[in-house]
Amino acid sequence: MKQFDNLGVLRLNTGYYSTRLNSRFTGRKPYKTEDHRMVLSFIPGTIKDIIAKPGQMVNRGDDLIILDAMKMQNRIKSKMDGKVKKILVSKGDKVSKGMVLLEIE
Amino acid sequence: MALSKKIKELKEKREKLLLGGGEQAVEKQKAMGKRTARERILALLDKDSFNEYDMFVEHDARDFDMDKKTLPSDGVIIGSGTIYNAPVAIFAQDFTVAGGSLGLMHSRKITKIMDHALKMRMPLIGINDSGGARIQEGVNSLAGYGEIFFRNTISSGVIPQISVILGPCAGGAVYSPALTDFVFVVDNISKMFITGPEVIKTVLGEEISMEELGGARIHSEITGNAHFFAASEEECFEQIKKLITFIPWNNERKARPFDPGEPDPAYIIDKIVPDDPTLPYDVRDVIRAIIDKSDFFEIMENYARNIVIGFGRMNGKTTGFVANQPLEMAGVLDVDSSDKAARFIRYCNAFNIPIITLVDLPGYMPGIDQEHAGVIRHGAKVLYAYSEATVPKITVILRKAYGGGYIAMASRHLRADFVFAWPTAEIAVMGPEGAANIIFRKEILSSGDPDGTRKQKVEEYKEKFANPYVAASRGYVDAVIEPAETRKFLLHSINVSENKSIQMPYKKHGLPPF
Repeated sequence: MKQFDNLGVLRLNTGYYSTRLNSRFTGRKPYKTEDHRMVLSFIPGTIKDIIAKPGQMVNRGDDLIILDAMKMQNRIKSKMDGKVKKILVSKGDKVSKGMVLLEIE
Repeated sequence: MALSKKIKELKEKREKLLLGGGEQAVEKQKAMGKRTARERILALLDKDSFNEYDMFVEHDARDFDMDKKTLPSDGVIIGSGTIYNAPVAIFAQDFTVAGGSLGLMHSRKITKIMDHALKMRMPLIGINDSGGARIQEGVNSLAGYGEIFFRNTISSGVIPQISVILGPCAGGAVYSPALTDFVFVVDNISKMFITGPEVIKTVLGEEISMEELGGARIHSEITGNAHFFAASEEECFEQIKKLITFIPWNNERKARPFDPGEPDPAYIIDKIVPDDPTLPYDVRDVIRAIIDKSDFFEIMENYARNIVIGFGRMNGKTTGFVANQPLEMAGVLDVDSSDKAARFIRYCNAFNIPIITLVDLPGYMPGIDQEHAGVIRHGAKVLYAYSEATVPKITVILRKAYGGGYIAMASRHLRADFVFAWPTAEIAVMGPEGAANIIFRKEILSSGDPDGTRKQKVEEYKEKFANPYVAASRGYVDAVIEPAETRKFLLHSINVSENKSIQMPYKKHGLPPF
């Protein structure tokens, strides 16, 4: 029998397999449940307007911030009912992808 | 004017056009390790077989001072020739002329040769090396792309379409190769993307080089857009020539048979597959032990390696191989390997190529990432492709064939014409561990020694069910064969399937889970 290099072990429900592991598998990110309290920018852009006020009660689906990106004025909406705890950006700020813009409690 | 003078005039005109974009531009092209468009065509086709058409075509753009510019042959060379005497239609974009940019007449030359290829039912090869749309020609340039995409689609499954990326191919232009059957890329030369690094940086703030974004390696290993990777243009042309020998000229023909030959005796089929189903081996060695001259032409070698696809010959006849690869990710079916296999099965079916499937897989890949990436939808493509295929389908179960994986891999139930199994085959509803744990749950839990009982029950289950004989007793397996008999059984099966004919119900087209 041939010998193979770079072998690892893959555990499946049918047993432990001696095999090569691909980068998609070894590099997979642990799953995280989305935290709706943190409102993130889903794309880099510029804060065009802030609709929500600190301490304001908001419902799921309410507009919080307008983010200007990709030639679009994107409405960032609340994904939960709650109170606006903190606003971390100001009008005119340039924001990167995944930045926390606002917190809800 | 005397005839000799007219001929001289023609020669002069031709010579001028053959210079393409001129010496400087040609030098620049060479400095990038690239050949010129005509050099590429001549290197690819049989000697003296190329007939060029539309050499004298010129653009008729008027805006932005374009009327003062002449672009030799409008930046694309078209014609026809042969590869190992097979007729092929070909176009090659000439980067030395206005960066190979696509304007109206440029696109008309391409669509002319595409129409010709479809009408004559011969393969089409497109060599892409272009900066993209000729902006000065505005919406005419977009129209040109659209006309090409439409023809790619209409010709799909009628004539083989091959795309060769030998330079940039960006923006909308990428969709022509994406619609064709096989895409060839060359290291450091091919660049394919929808939006380039500059746009990505501007709108998303993400920085990446062209090579990392859409170079040859990325498309061969990560995206699955490319089917063949080569280190140089020469190697790439050899790959294309070899592919042409394996495929038919159109969907109404079969591939031409080539000299048959026995497999290389260095591949001893009994000594490749370990008995322990959790130990790896290279399934390509099994294929090589079966096919003529052990000459396996692998497709998408570096993408989703847990499944192997490619062509080999059985007694001279082109045969498509689909095989789980236990050496990579234990040979599981996942999102990428399902896509890879399904498309190849459909290719074989469209072009009358019998399919041999070698089965050894633990099942579908578990995981949140797989489930969320749509392994249900993608995995279903394999079932769909095998079920709809009407070409001869022959299956050999080497070791594991559990659960959904067993069904998907060209089982009898998806209308395999022949199913063979080696004595090492384990055909069962699920792996022995899982099955024993469910069936004997009560006994295991109520036992004074649960671990001992579990082990004993797993062994019992293995003994009784992890074999090919239960499936054979129901006729799901046609014959349990010795590994060394595999080639003999496969040759026979292919021979007797020569005139296979089945009728499918009328439909406009099916709805595979794209």
